[in-house]
Amino acid sequence: MKVTFPHMGNMYICVKALLDDLDMDYILPPFTSKKTLEIGTRYVPECACLPLKITLGNLLEANRLGADTVLMVGGCGPCRFGYYCEMHREILDDLGTNMKVITLEPPHGDVKEFMRRIKNLTKNAGVFKILNAIKNATRIAIAVDELERLTFKIRPREVEKGTVNEVYKQFKNDVISLKGSKEIIRLIKDTEKKLLQIKIDENFKPLKIGIVGEIYTTIDDYTCFGIQQRLGGMGVEVHRYVTVSNWITEHMIKQTLKLPRDLRFAKAAKPYLGTMIGGHAQETVGNTILYAQNGYDGVIQLYPLTCMPEIVAESILPAVERDFDIPVLTLIIDEMTGEAGYFTRVEAFIDLLHRRREKRQIEGRYILSGN
Amino acid sequence: MSIKVGIPRGLFYYQFFPLWRSFFEELGAEIVVSDYTSRKILDDGVKKCVDEACLPVKIFFGHVENIKNRVDYLFLPRYTSVSKKEYVCPKFGGIPDMIRNTFNDLPKIIDTEINLRKSERNALKAAIEIGRHFSNDTKAIRKAYRKALLSYREFRQQLQKGILPDELLNNKVQSSDVISMENLPRKNKFNNRNRINDDENLNIAVLGHGYNLYDNYTNMNALYKLRNLGANVITIDMIDGKIINEKSKLLNKKTFWYFGSIIMGSAFHLLDRNDIDGIIYIMSFGCGIDSFICDLVERAIRRTKNIPFIILTIDEHTGEAGMDTRIEAFIDMIRWRKNYESNISSHGKYVYMR
Repeated sequence: MKVTFPHMGNMYICVKALLDDLDMDYILPPFTSKKTLEIGTRYVPECACLPLKITLGNLLEANRLGADTVLMVGGCGPCRFGYYCEMHREILDDLGTNMKVITLEPPHGDVKEFMRRIKNLTKNAGVFKILNAIKNATRIAIAVDELERLTFKIRPREVEKGTVNEVYKQFKNDVISLKGSKEIIRLIKDTEKKLLQIKIDENFKPLKIGIVGEIYTTIDDYTCFGIQQRLGGMGVEVHRYVTVSNWITEHMIKQTLKLPRDLRFAKAAKPYLGTMIGGHAQETVGNTILYAQNGYDGVIQLYPLTCMPEIVAESILPAVERDFDIPVLTLIIDEMTGEAGYFTRVEAFIDLLHRRREKRQIEGRYILSGN
Repeated sequence: MSIKVGIPRGLFYYQFFPLWRSFFEELGAEIVVSDYTSRKILDDGVKKCVDEACLPVKIFFGHVENIKNRVDYLFLPRYTSVSKKEYVCPKFGGIPDMIRNTFNDLPKIIDTEINLRKSERNALKAAIEIGRHFSNDTKAIRKAYRKALLSYREFRQQLQKGILPDELLNNKVQSSDVISMENLPRKNKFNNRNRINDDENLNIAVLGHGYNLYDNYTNMNALYKLRNLGANVITIDMIDGKIINEKSKLLNKKTFWYFGSIIMGSAFHLLDRNDIDGIIYIMSFGCGIDSFICDLVERAIRRTKNIPFIILTIDEHTGEAGMDTRIEAFIDMIRWRKNYESNISSHGKYVYMR
């Protein structure tokens, strides 16, 4: 049995650590590329959302490398993500790939059933070993996300542009050749040190932009054209609440063990979107408000075309924009999106934010733009 | 003067209107339904709504615009879930919020959440909460709800006789519309309509969400066109709910969407029958649920049977001619297939004819 799993941003690092620690045989699909998307688009129904296309492409590429079992997370809706496993199964079946899809559903209080499934997968590894592996993987997910947040902070301030990108890229490539959670954690720590050594301009006050939207598009660098790096390069500090580790701890672990969750976003979103309607709609609305309250200059919403929850969020955001006086740019991505058109919009948005800030600083004495 | 409650003629109107009509009338409220969907309503909706939303949601916005200045209450319940362990659609769950944050001068909104995901008893709870706007007497509300349920069941039963909701809600039912679903009539059923030939009736199943199937403006009278072409139209609402429920369990993982389960269950049921000549799937562009379900239905049909299947996608730009051409071609192909399948054209015929 050779296991594989689709890519989603940096999630491969923690899944890799998990599978390594459980001594499972797996194949890491090649990083998402234009080819991946092309393969996926060919077989997935056209109106389906972009992540399905990319993930299927990942799986087929892994299949060519010899993978025969797919590990997928399930869900119970109403977002389409919960049904991805079935779509993968059907499409892979019809293509005659003989790939088996194993779904790990969020256990919904039934921890025993969840453990039984994992035990089946891991050829009866001990419970302690499994729990330990899950714990380590969660730790890595958190560490990787913190590392990414650090790059968001340093990138706009670095003196020599491009240093952070180099270090970060090095890390992403190096991590593949490592084995086990211990080595990965060590590498993360080393990278963190390297990042902290980068010379930064202490006095520079970058624009601050919050990224909200559908989780896959915001997390996955290929899908969002590396918007976080690009913004950093333009001297903009970005922040994003939604992360892989956040999803694992808040969604999988805390909900299963019925621990109190961090629901600041839900509280903030309450007057606009009262209930959970699936996906990250409530997070999008709530986090936009939190960004506005924390003095961010603007918010960018990203989502794949036809994403149901985000469409609801998008139609509510204008009210938030008006009430909290924070500019929001919505960018919708699908397989036809052109990079140039996309970044023209982002650049124009950044220019407007710069001008807006300038206008506030010189209040009253404002004559012409560029003065 | 009684309180006026506005119900937009969109989305779940075609499913639950009889229920709410009888409920509100029992409580002494006056019901105002928005006009039939028209070019103007569609345009208003497109203007107000975000571009990415699907056609039915845009039309719903148009209906709200049409009705909002004529009523005291706007009835926009939050349909999170109408069946156990299933959701309707994120957009249904977010509709009241979308509307509230888009329009400025709205009347009071009744946006009680209807969530039967955990227990069907929540329906009564929601009904009581809704009824509170009109009456303080819980007993009376309960009574009204019971009566409403009766008329809802009556409505559902009528649908299973092959009558379309649109005919039922507008009292346009003709005796010729009533057909037996178990034994679909092949002969002379629709001779009173302008039939184009005397072939026997075809049995065409039309799958899709109620608001796409029964809004005659949205689908450009597709169902009536099919009837006029001599087809018995079978929709998801005409199939027995129990069968659908049973069949939808055939899926590896039951869908968590109300429409998903119903359509998949209907599709499996249709595949079991031998008297279905063709299946049409009407979906609106950008529908998240249909993008998956439609694909699953197609795969199921292609795998098991040789039934002709066509997908008609509608959005606000759809031209009627394109729709007609597709429907007519689909019906023609089925008829030709029935009549001339053994008539194999001999290759090279014309070479030797000279």
